[in-house]
Amino acid sequence: MIPFLALVRKDLRIFFNDRKAVMVGLVVPIVLASFFGYLFGGQRGDAETSKVPVLVIDQDGSEISGSLIAQLAGDKNLDVNPSTLDAAREAVRKGKATAAIVIPKDFGKDAGHALFTGDSKPELGVLYDPSHQMELGMVKGILSGAVMQTVSKEMFTGKNGREIVDESIAQVENNSHISSEDRKVLRNLLGSVKELNERRDRAAASGQSELSGGLTLPYETREQAITSGKDVAYNGYAHSFGGMGVQFILFMGLDVGIALLTLRQSGLWQRLRAAPLSRTMLLGSRTVSASLIAGFILLVLFSFARVVFGVRILGSLAGFVAVCAAFSLMTAAFGLMVAAIGGTVEATRGYAIMATLFMVMLGGAWVPTFVFPRWLQKLAVVVPTRWAMDGLDGMTWRGLGFSSAVVPISMMLLFTLLFGVVAVMRFRWEADS
Amino acid sequence: MLEVHNLTKTYGNLTAVAGVSFRADRGETIGLLGPNGAGKTTTVSMVAGLLKPDSGEVLIEGRRVQSDTDPLKLKIGLVPQDMALYDQFSARDNLIFFAALYSFAGAKAKQAIDAALDLVTLSDRASDKVGTFSGGMKRRLNLAAALLHDPQILLLDEPTVGVDPQSRNAIFENLETLKRRGKTLIYTTHYMEEAERLCDRIVIIDHGRVIANDTLQGLHKLLPVTNMLVIELDRANGLSPDQMKGLGEVKSVALQEGTLRVGLHDLSRGAPIVLRWLDENGHSYHHVSSEQPDLETVFLTLTGRRLRDSK
Repeated sequence: MIPFLALVRKDLRIFFNDRKAVMVGLVVPIVLASFFGYLFGGQRGDAETSKVPVLVIDQDGSEISGSLIAQLAGDKNLDVNPSTLDAAREAVRKGKATAAIVIPKDFGKDAGHALFTGDSKPELGVLYDPSHQMELGMVKGILSGAVMQTVSKEMFTGKNGREIVDESIAQVENNSHISSEDRKVLRNLLGSVKELNERRDRAAASGQSELSGGLTLPYETREQAITSGKDVAYNGYAHSFGGMGVQFILFMGLDVGIALLTLRQSGLWQRLRAAPLSRTMLLGSRTVSASLIAGFILLVLFSFARVVFGVRILGSLAGFVAVCAAFSLMTAAFGLMVAAIGGTVEATRGYAIMATLFMVMLGGAWVPTFVFPRWLQKLAVVVPTRWAMDGLDGMTWRGLGFSSAVVPISMMLLFTLLFGVVAVMRFRWEADS
Repeated sequence: MLEVHNLTKTYGNLTAVAGVSFRADRGETIGLLGPNGAGKTTTVSMVAGLLKPDSGEVLIEGRRVQSDTDPLKLKIGLVPQDMALYDQFSARDNLIFFAALYSFAGAKAKQAIDAALDLVTLSDRASDKVGTFSGGMKRRLNLAAALLHDPQILLLDEPTVGVDPQSRNAIFENLETLKRRGKTLIYTTHYMEEAERLCDRIVIIDHGRVIANDTLQGLHKLLPVTNMLVIELDRANGLSPDQMKGLGEVKSVALQEGTLRVGLHDLSRGAPIVLRWLDENGHSYHHVSSEQPDLETVFLTLTGRRLRDSK
C-alpha cells in the first residue's frame, strides 16, 4: 500500500505543483463555459438573441406588398430593411443579410386571384445565405403567415380586394369550364364577400368601428419551459459548465497519456520498473490520481457555476457525484489507452487531440446534439462523452432522480472497462531502447 | 552473486546484444566497456529486468527473477543513464518517494535517506529543489536514489555522463566507498579511464558481443606490446632503429625528433637490455620513462577501431 499511495501522491503533487498550469486549466474552461452559457440562455434561459437581418425588394408597390412588409417588420425575430435586387444580392453574398425577399410586380393582384382560384400563383423570391439554413426556415415560416394574413385581409376588406372580387364574379360567370353547381356556390361565396365589404362601408360611414377582416392564424402559442420544478428557470450555464468540464477533463486525460509516453522514455520509468512493483499498481495508481484530478476540476467548475451563476444540482446529488466519478474514471482509462496505443509523443498528441475533439463535439459538449442530422444523433450513442453530458444535464438542470443516472453511469463504466482492457493489452512494458 | 548467461536481444534486423555472458562476485566491480551503441545499456536493462531477453538468462544468487514483484529485485539497485529525478521536488522528497517504492516509510525511510544523502554529500542541500542542482549534484542524487533499499548489486549505466571532473571524482569516491562496503558494481562506460580506475574486471563489448573479459592486467597481456620505453637521446646521429630490432624483448622501435620509443613485451627484462645496448653503441641519453598502453590501445588492437570513434 505504501508504494501505491506514494505513486498517487506523487502524481497529485506534480499536477498541483505547477500552479500556473492549474490556474490556466481551470480559468480557461470557466471563461469558455461562461461565454457559452450566456449564449445558450444565461441564468434564466431567455438570453436576448439577435434579430435575423432580412432585406425586402418591393417590385410591386401595391397596398398588399406594403402591408406585407409592415407585417414582416413587426415580427420581433426579424430586422427588416428595404433594398434593391442588386444591393440585396450583394448583401446576402457578403453575409450582411441572412435572406432577401423579392416581392414581384403584380404580386398583390396575382396573389388575390390565386387565393380564390388557385391559378397563376405569383412567386416570392427568397435569396438566402446557405450558411444560415436554420434561420431560413424561420424566415420562410414567418413569411408564410404574413402573406396569408395580408393577402386575405386585402381580399376580404381592401380596395384592391373589392375590385378583385368584382372581377372574380365576372370570371366565374363567364368561365365555361365551371359547372353550374360550382358556379352557383362560388357566386354565393363571392357575393357574401361583397356584401360583407358593403356592410363594413356602411359601418364606417355611421362612425362605428371597423370590423377586422381577412384570415388570421387560427391559434396562438403559449410557451412553457419544462424544467425540474414549477418555478425553476432553465440555467444555460449548467449545460455549458458540464460541457466545458467534459472537454477539459478529457484533455487532462490526454495529458496523462502523453506524460506516460514521455515517462517511458525516461530514466524514471526504468527506476519504477526496476522496483518490485506490479503492473497493476503502476497503471492503477495512475488511474486513481487522474480520476482524483478530474474530480477536482469538476468540483471547482461546478462550485464556480454555483456561486456565480446559480447553477444547482436539481436532481440527485448522489447521482451527480456518481456521474462525475464514472466520467473521471473513464477519462483516466482513456489516458492510459492513449499511452498504450500511442507511438511517438508528437504523433500521439496529434491523433489524441483529434479523437478528443471528436468525442467532445459528437457528445454534445459544444452544441446540443439535436442540431445534428438524425444519423449522427444515432452515432452519438457510441460516443462516451454523450453519456457524460446526459448524466450531468440530468442531475443538474433537468432535476432527474438517481435512476436516470444509472444508464449514463453504466455506459461510462463500460467505456472505462473497454479503454482499460485495450490499455493493459497494448501497453508496452519494456523500456524504449 | 550475479551470473549473466548468453543474453541476446534483437530489434527487427538489428541484434543489439548477441550472447553476452559474464559474472560478478560479491564486492567485485565489473566494467562494461564499449563505444556508444555497443549494447551496454541493453545488457544492463536485461539484468535489471527492464527488458526481456530473447534468449539467455540472468541469475541473482543462483535464481532467476520470476515476476515484477519478485523480492529478488530488492537485491538490485539501478542508476539509469538518464537522470531519474523529479526536478520539482526537493532532494529529500525525491528520496522519500523512491524509498516508498520499496515500501520504506517513517523512521526506516528517514534512516536510509539520511545515509544516502550523507554518502553523496548532499545532506546540506536536502531541502532544495532538484531543479536548482548542478549536473554533478543531480548525478550524485541519482546514485543516492538507487541505494535506499541497500541493494547488494548496483547497476550503474554511465553514471558520470555530462558531469565536470570534480563531480566525476566525487562520484568515483562514492563508488569506491560502496566497493569497500562489499557491494557488487556493474559499471557501464565508454571512458577507458573510468574502467581502469574502478573496475576489477573489464568486459569489452562491441556490436553486442563480448570481445574480451579479463582484469586490466589480463587485457594488457592480449597486446603484443605491453610497455613502451621512451628514451630522449642527447644526439640521434647514427642511430638506426632497425639495428635494435634483433634485441631480445624488443617488439617495435620508432625514432622521432630525438625520442626513441621501444615497445617491450616485458619491461623489467627488456629495459636493461635496451639501455645497455645504447651505452655500448655510444648513444647517450638524458631522460628515460615508460608508458603502459591503455584500454584505448586494447580496444584498437581487438577491433581495429578507436573506442570513442566507433560506430
